[in-house]
Amino acid sequence: MKNLSMRDALRAALHEEMIRDERVFLMGEEIGKWQGTHRVTRGFYEEFGAERVRDTPISEMAIAGVATGAAMAGLRPVAEMMTINFAFLAFDAIINHAAKIHYMFNGQFTVPLVVRAATGWGNQATATHSHTPEPIWAHFPGLIVGCPSNAYDAKGMLKAAIRDENPILFTEVIALYPKPSPIPDEEYLIPIGESAVKREGDDVTIVSYGRGVEWSLEAAETLAKEDIQAEVIDIRWLRPLDMSKTLASFKKTNRCVVVEESLPHYSFGSEIAAQLQEAAFDYMDAPVKRVSALDVPLPYARDIELMALPNAQKVVQAVKEVL
Amino acid sequence: MATKIESLTKETLLEWYREIVLIRKFENMCHHLYFEEKDPARKITGVYLHLATGSEATHVGAVKALGVDDHVITAYRDHGIAIARGVDPNRVMAEMMGKRTGTSGGKGGSMHLADRSVNFWGGYAIVGGHVPLGVGIALKEKYVKSGSAVLCFVGDGALNNGYFHEAANMAQVWKLPIVFLIENNLVGMGTRIEESSGQTNPVKRAAGYGMKEGPSVDGQNIVEVYEAVKAELDWSRENGPVLMESRTYRFEGHGVSDKQFDARDDLKGELAIWEARDPINVLADHIKKKYKNIDDELAKLDTEATQVVNEAVEYAVNSPAPDYNDLIANVYVALTPEYRTR
Repeated sequence: MKNLSMRDALRAALHEEMIRDERVFLMGEEIGKWQGTHRVTRGFYEEFGAERVRDTPISEMAIAGVATGAAMAGLRPVAEMMTINFAFLAFDAIINHAAKIHYMFNGQFTVPLVVRAATGWGNQATATHSHTPEPIWAHFPGLIVGCPSNAYDAKGMLKAAIRDENPILFTEVIALYPKPSPIPDEEYLIPIGESAVKREGDDVTIVSYGRGVEWSLEAAETLAKEDIQAEVIDIRWLRPLDMSKTLASFKKTNRCVVVEESLPHYSFGSEIAAQLQEAAFDYMDAPVKRVSALDVPLPYARDIELMALPNAQKVVQAVKEVL
Repeated sequence: MATKIESLTKETLLEWYREIVLIRKFENMCHHLYFEEKDPARKITGVYLHLATGSEATHVGAVKALGVDDHVITAYRDHGIAIARGVDPNRVMAEMMGKRTGTSGGKGGSMHLADRSVNFWGGYAIVGGHVPLGVGIALKEKYVKSGSAVLCFVGDGALNNGYFHEAANMAQVWKLPIVFLIENNLVGMGTRIEESSGQTNPVKRAAGYGMKEGPSVDGQNIVEVYEAVKAELDWSRENGPVLMESRTYRFEGHGVSDKQFDARDDLKGELAIWEARDPINVLADHIKKKYKNIDDELAKLDTEATQVVNEAVEYAVNSPAPDYNDLIANVYVALTPEYRTR
């Protein structure tokens, strides 16, 4: 057992999978000689060489599309989008090709592709570089979407993703890269489509993923001081969406707050709320409350940027509104 | 031309003749089943049907240049390429009719034919979207050092979106074994190449990528297409990508909704010029010049092709439609049913 940052846990996952399976290769902007914009691939170019750690041109459509073709042909590409903001350029390649090909050709081809992308608002990164758009991608059948909330999950989820036969968008919250978790020495995988209870409690269910889990856990500690016990569910995979733990928790607490770093309209929170009222209406003692980013493009100035974003205090406040 | 044709056997030329005639008859039958057929059980329905009529020599000649372990990928005008690569015409017609026995189980339709067993990687309907896929397949072949190459058809219209630009550049940076064959039929949907492209000579774009500028061939002449594509594929195995062009024409318009030849008198003149160089006649003339008294044999092949098409129609008509289990199958590989439908 040792403490690793999420950055190093992801790096360990990639490293182990590249050693295990030589069909696994990496491609993306600045991942090789530059050592990776977020340093997740630090040292890989030197260790594995240019065939398996492929620096690409600034060509998001081709990064996703070429990786999709290579996956169809039998390799196991892990493509990196420097940030999810740039993956919008690859939307068609990922949604209309990677995610559709298995179905559209009736199973003749598989696309064992992982697209890694850094996500979340940065420090004053501004409107075009501050997206957390996982729910948009998770809208489409055929694609798997995962986003870990800590280093431990990140390692097990990424290894599972690389071994899976489906195309996967795997987003990594930039703010979580430096944060450590204890990582076991032995290998472990976190199955695709498995959510987790991150804190137990009987009074309210808080559902989140990614950065929101951190705010939710922080809020739960604050609430505990007032003798309010929150149960925190980390969805981990937005698609396939595992509602089992959320539903079980909700049937116990009868109250729910959904926390998301992303925008409120047509969102993660909307989906969780809709599914809860469909499946557990009789257990509902209060409306499902959503804590989301404010419905604006993110600005530069620090004061108003922070105003637009969720935080633990907003989660505490939302919980009190549903109690 | 004459010297090249002599390097091909009579059997090969007759087989090519059979295939381009088959594709023509297949496409004409599709046209008939879409527009004229009254029986709903026999009709081809839907909004998309892009016929290869007029482009048969480009399709068959290029595909015949592939080795068995080579690959071909294309856009949505894919019927002829599928048949030329050896996909069973029965299953192609079944896909047209949305039947479970179709190449894609009735889930892909006319634009999404594919057959993994013959390395036909499909037709794709987002313009340019298949180009990086082809580059990815080439990347795999180079990665495993197989010596196989990829033939990627690219319409002249697809040259102008980002997919082609990004994929071509990446293929060149990595020296991947792929031939980009520009199927230049002079028009992208309804917009002519001189209205859509600053550079109207497609192969000149190669310079922008540092790529080999391949030849521009007469796309109505199957032998010329075959010889050139074969040479460029072999070059690409060792050296990297090539951009080449086959100049051809579509006799039917963009798709079934396109009435271009009804609405545009000026194009009727152009169509007549190209119809005079119908790829079937070009090949038949060469064969007749070389082999005397061959008319009966050609007529026999015509009859055989008609039989194959008729049989394909009956096969498709008598095949079952897909059902609910097909509807929800193959969304994902190996996920449980609750994930498939939620």
